[in-house]
Amino acid sequence: MRKYIFEGMIRRPLTEGAPKPGDAATAELARAVEGAARRRLGRSLSIRAVDAGSCNGCELEIHALNNAFYDLERFGLRFVASPRHADVLLVTGPLTRNMREALERTYRATPDPKWVVAVGDCAVDGGAFADSPACVPGGIGAAVPVDLHIRGCPPRPTDLLKGLLALLDAQA
Amino acid sequence: MTMLSEFVAGGRRVAAHRPAPRAVVDAATWHQAAQALGDERATLFGLWGERDAAHLALLDDGTGEIAVLSFACPDRRFPSVGALHPPALRLERAMRDLYGLVAEGAPDTRPWLDHGRWPNSRPEAAAPYDFRPAEGESLHRIPVGPVHAGIIEPGHFRFTAGGETVVRLEERLGYVHKGVENLMADATLERSAQLAGRVSGDSTVAYAIAFARAAEAALGVDAPPRALWLRALMAELERLANHFGDIGAICNDAAFALMHAHTGVLRERVLRAADVAFCHRLMRDGVVPGGVARDLSPEGSVAIRATVGEVRRRFPALIALYDNTASLLDRTVGAGYLRPELARQYGAGGYIGRGSGRDFDARRNLAYAPYDELRFTVPKRGDGDVNARVWIRIREVEQSLDLVDQILARLPQGATRIELPPAAGACEGLGLAEGFRGDVLVWLRLGGDGRIVRCHLRDPSWFQWPLLEAAIEGNIVADFPLCNKSFNCSYSGHDL
Repeated sequence: MRKYIFEGMIRRPLTEGAPKPGDAATAELARAVEGAARRRLGRSLSIRAVDAGSCNGCELEIHALNNAFYDLERFGLRFVASPRHADVLLVTGPLTRNMREALERTYRATPDPKWVVAVGDCAVDGGAFADSPACVPGGIGAAVPVDLHIRGCPPRPTDLLKGLLALLDAQA
Repeated sequence: MTMLSEFVAGGRRVAAHRPAPRAVVDAATWHQAAQALGDERATLFGLWGERDAAHLALLDDGTGEIAVLSFACPDRRFPSVGALHPPALRLERAMRDLYGLVAEGAPDTRPWLDHGRWPNSRPEAAAPYDFRPAEGESLHRIPVGPVHAGIIEPGHFRFTAGGETVVRLEERLGYVHKGVENLMADATLERSAQLAGRVSGDSTVAYAIAFARAAEAALGVDAPPRALWLRALMAELERLANHFGDIGAICNDAAFALMHAHTGVLRERVLRAADVAFCHRLMRDGVVPGGVARDLSPEGSVAIRATVGEVRRRFPALIALYDNTASLLDRTVGAGYLRPELARQYGAGGYIGRGSGRDFDARRNLAYAPYDELRFTVPKRGDGDVNARVWIRIREVEQSLDLVDQILARLPQGATRIELPPAAGACEGLGLAEGFRGDVLVWLRLGGDGRIVRCHLRDPSWFQWPLLEAAIEGNIVADFPLCNKSFNCSYSGHDL
């Protein structure tokens, strides 16, 4: 273990440069963010991930944000274990009927000011599962107000980063 | 004559079902088959329903022989298999929820996937879920989920604990039920293949392979050799990425973040190589019925070779790190012990079965192409704890690296996709693939118009989730994340 820790000090980090915030995301967010929230939160956001019926593909890429290449925490963004600690809900999946109440309760447990980011194609409008009677028509937005959509099946970690950085810029 | 072929001979054989035989049997043969499962003379491989029939897939572990028995039930009732063989219970509850088939004599008739929230929910599904009681002095209950603390899928766990020790765990799943099988009904093969690849994101390649093989079997065609080899290449890359993720995450749940950081780098390298080679990090929609969506480019081949080289340089030191860190082993050795009898009874696949002595791997036991031409060994252990499941993954990583080398060195030339012929009347196919988590089974029936009439996808997790309840017993509550991660069952694959 000592060897690894020592190597960590002398080797160049794997972490890559930050991508530019996504244009589309910036435009979508310009509407969503108010001044009061900016003053209160500064350039730091706590994120709570909620799976509302995803196939787990989006979760895998959200996980990747924490690896050495993307290193999400350097931007002041971090994942938290409870909605009560969160500023942002990162919601994946088409919203199954069986998860609707859990998502709504998670949303209500998150203190204001808060944002909802819908991640993945199926979170936008149900995607591949849009016509299923087991899913709520209209995706995540049908249950909670969505401030930003990040598309992809699943979105690449870079796309997730672009969206989250736009959120940071918009409210900083 | 083997037992399975006797069952088939005792019924009316269905002609257009490939490659394994299917027969419509009477109640007596159905009962004998359930009894054979209960006596562990065969392994339960799948149990699913449709409007007026129940289907039971059986596997002979030793020979790899598979048979599908069907019970016609126009009155929507069939004799319960679960009454004689508990691993079938949750499958029967799901059949009731999704197809209204009643398993007569089943000891557990509670709703399973139906939470009383669908437009066509059964009225009793809306009642509060009847968790099994655990009684004793000073026992307390801990409800967890469906929204968990980590970035993971939703499910509810109901712990009953005496002090710190778990006395009973009961799982409540179904939160991510998306109605995939329902969406496939009357859908085209193309659309259904996409849905199959979205059943469980971490096993998208395995599902796509199993689905493609089922469709090809039904239509009586074979994908070209190069396509089969490229599928195997994708499957091994998927296995590598998932095993790296799991090994790190298990150690992370034992508060050893260093391993997580390093295996996370290896996982990312594999995903990036997959992205270069197959234009998608998870290789989604790369496998299609009839072959593969795109050929491997020379740059893709270079990227994969470079990644394999990098992993070979870095991984041995990580194995040594795992093996030499006493504080980590203190958490993993002995935790979450799964008895070999249970692994055998449930026919548990993947690292869960192989960590508890069940010597089964569809790549070897069912030897589908190209694995019949590749050299590899299937690791097996009998110690059944978290540590065993970590080591199975480590050994499988080594095997997968060798397999990737062999595939790249011997990749046949030629076409990568064939045009599928139109279906000549109704036909049925069974397809299998060994995903990182275990064997994925897909069964489908095509109509004369080439559309899906009924498709069933069985995740390996169906036979692994119940075992987690057994493995956690007697462990402390704080070790649950560790044990759970070492199982890493799929929620989405199970809930469908």
